[in-house]
Amino acid sequence: MVPALAITGLTKTYGNGFTALKGIDLTVEQGDFFALLGPNGAGKSTTIGIISSLIQKTTGNVSVFGCNTDTQFSQAKQYLGLVPQEFNFHVFEKVFDIVVNQAGYYGLPKSQAVSRANELLKQLDLWDKRDTQARMLSGGMKRRLMIARALVHKPKLLVLDEPTAGVDIELRRSMWEFLQRINREGTTIILTTHYLEEAEQLCRNIAIINDGKIAENTNTKELLKRLDCEVFILDCDIQPNTLPPLHGYTLTQSDENTLEVEITKGQSLNAVFNHLSQHAINITSMRNKTNRLEELFVKLVNKGTA
Amino acid sequence: MNIQQLWVAYATLVRKEIKRFTRIWVQTLLPPVITMSLYFIIFGKLIGERIGEMSGTPYITFVVPGLVMMAVINNSYSNVVSSFFSAKFNRSIEELQVSPTPSSIIIAGYISGGALRGLLIGIIVTTVSFFFTSVAIHNVFITLVVIVLAAVLFSLAGFINAVFANSFDDISIIPTFVLTPLTYLGGVFYSIDMLPTFGQILSQFNPILYLVNSFRYGILGISDINIGAAITGLCLMVVALYGVCWYLLEKTHKLKQ
Repeated sequence: MVPALAITGLTKTYGNGFTALKGIDLTVEQGDFFALLGPNGAGKSTTIGIISSLIQKTTGNVSVFGCNTDTQFSQAKQYLGLVPQEFNFHVFEKVFDIVVNQAGYYGLPKSQAVSRANELLKQLDLWDKRDTQARMLSGGMKRRLMIARALVHKPKLLVLDEPTAGVDIELRRSMWEFLQRINREGTTIILTTHYLEEAEQLCRNIAIINDGKIAENTNTKELLKRLDCEVFILDCDIQPNTLPPLHGYTLTQSDENTLEVEITKGQSLNAVFNHLSQHAINITSMRNKTNRLEELFVKLVNKGTA
Repeated sequence: MNIQQLWVAYATLVRKEIKRFTRIWVQTLLPPVITMSLYFIIFGKLIGERIGEMSGTPYITFVVPGLVMMAVINNSYSNVVSSFFSAKFNRSIEELQVSPTPSSIIIAGYISGGALRGLLIGIIVTTVSFFFTSVAIHNVFITLVVIVLAAVLFSLAGFINAVFANSFDDISIIPTFVLTPLTYLGGVFYSIDMLPTFGQILSQFNPILYLVNSFRYGILGISDINIGAAITGLCLMVVALYGVCWYLLEKTHKLKQ
């Protein structure tokens, strides 16, 4: 089966001499939900720009479902839908027109374009706003409009560049559900995001790009297994007078009713709970201090820049 | 994309362009009517009655073709330059760039939009002229060919300007410092026979002179130039400018980073 996206030896040097990509190789399989992560300026948006023909590459090859973006650009573009980071529609156009026009640019006849636009605007809760000029929409609505526009020609590969940036948590979760549904229905998705819990929640595979190079490219679960230390926050119902030390564990009191415990590979949380129970300290809730993927991300990025 | 898909993409672009300039009709369709009415009143009626005849035609009738052509040129040019530059500025051009629509269709769509606005303005200004004078068309074929060529030619020129423009200043420089002087010196208000020899020779290098005179020939049957050569030259210029537009989009990656 041909991969949904195959990138080999991709480099990009801008006119000012800045090299944003230093030879990237990346493969995304069909049906995958793939995260492309990296700090600001790492090269994520440049990579997406090249895949979607908005940025001219310096060297390398990009294929979408086996179609080279240089030699079979028309077919490659038919397979691809893009949700860019910044709003890039004409703000004085109506929501419905923006979606229908985009379908037209892909050669979809008007009747099909209208029916597809109706379907997507209803699915993305924009139906009531179909005759509203895009400038009148809220930030979240604008994001959903860009998703509707990108999906109007039924692309097999959807690329989303920070689609939930600045979106409230409720809307973000509804967008996650929508993306998971279209992924289950067969659309391959590539996502860049700074919300690492989003990548952890949604994506099966992850590539981390740093300083124009791929620092990591693996399965999300495999990546998380590499985490050798996690810090948990434990909320207690009573204030411990003196914190009893536990041999082999780092247990600290961060405030009156909150404890922090560091668990390294091979250690068990049961030991901590038993120990605290013996000292009449009840745990009412527990959570990770930081997102697990976030910890790994910071380590990998710091390793790359060190 | 197959032929049908290309046609859909083209029709979408043209429909979008027509919607754009009709949505803002107060900015696009109304001003030329007011400006040209003032030209007819001041140059045609007030001053024209003192001038009398030019090339054997009442002065107000003589200036009608030139004023129509001036409106067509300005509006075709400004429609494409402002529409395409706006698309670059607000990045909505990316809607087209990510799509499989080829450069030739993008150019054809924008040029058709600009030409249609120019022609619509031409019809409106011609209608306005009927309130001031009566004009019978001498040669319908030449009139139509020349006005369509003019609209297409200056839409293409506007497209090139928009591709190079990096700011809103850049889209007003050419109309102000090049297009307006060439139009005024292109025989809209006078016959080049009135100019000294040097002026007549210099005017031969002004492409707008050929447009105005060819159009005037189509309407009034009078001209200072060879019509056949002028139309051939205009056709060649349209082909050349289309080639430049295509080259800019396809080969120089002017719109890409």
